[in-house]
Amino acid sequence: MPDLLRPFRRRHREDGPLVCRELVELVSDYLEDALDDAQRARFEAHIAGCENCSAYVRQMRETLTLMGELTPESLSPQAESELLDAFRDWRERPS
Amino acid sequence: MYVAPVPDDHALVERLRQGDEQAFMDLVARWSPSMMRVARLYVPSAAVAEEVVQETWLAVLTGLERFEERSSLRTWVFSILVNRARTRGERERRTVPFGALAREEVEGEFAAVDPERFVREGDAVGAWAAPPVRWWEQPEKALQSDEAVARIEAEIAKLPETQRLVITMRDVAGLSSEEVRHALDLSETNQRVLLHRARAKVRAALEDYYADA
Repeated sequence: MPDLLRPFRRRHREDGPLVCRELVELVSDYLEDALDDAQRARFEAHIAGCENCSAYVRQMRETLTLMGELTPESLSPQAESELLDAFRDWRERPS
Repeated sequence: MYVAPVPDDHALVERLRQGDEQAFMDLVARWSPSMMRVARLYVPSAAVAEEVVQETWLAVLTGLERFEERSSLRTWVFSILVNRARTRGERERRTVPFGALAREEVEGEFAAVDPERFVREGDAVGAWAAPPVRWWEQPEKALQSDEAVARIEAEIAKLPETQRLVITMRDVAGLSSEEVRHALDLSETNQRVLLHRARAKVRAALEDYYADA
């Protein structure tokens, strides 16, 4: 049976305020700048008044910062020097 | 390990074509660590990943004359890398076609946060019942960032393959969404969905770590 009250339920209204459980699904799109103007406005209106969701967004930003700190795996000096030799050979190639 | 974009792509391509050794070695030093990380997602050892990265740079040199600059240099280099790593990985172990994997991983229900953590009924339905942990307010935890990073690394390793690739290329190597889409041949939407799911899981693991620690 169709849910006749659906349009009146706050959490289902596309243009109404977001609830926290919905907001967490939009955080990536927000950070990717992929929300349209109306969605962005709803998102920002919610976090402006919700300490918990602000904390959630902060968690995501902290996570991104830490991911940028993962240890790089460098090429060995030998591999680099082989590439330098290859570059010199390539430069001397007959054109 | 953020891979800084190159300020003037065209000028750099020209310097490489003219045989500027310094320009080439700078690029090798700057991009290879991220390339190693990405290659490592496909092949079983660091040694094989290193071979793939070397082969990629050789292919870049060979292809440089024909490179039409329709994409950025970095996009082009990473596309070559992904193709080579994938071929190499398939030779070493059988894998499901990437497109099929990506489609599978964006399907199905997904919750970024355990639904149990939200109010289930009443006026406050959907609001936080168990609020996010504010770990940055715990000074003693902030000192353990090495452990936190190790935890992140372990969580990324557990992700399904395409999520692992997308999050490594975007958030570890610092490539743009466009670069990742081109290198992996993903739609814009699928790239975003995969990134969303991967980030949500890594965030959850990190929160667990801080909540337990």
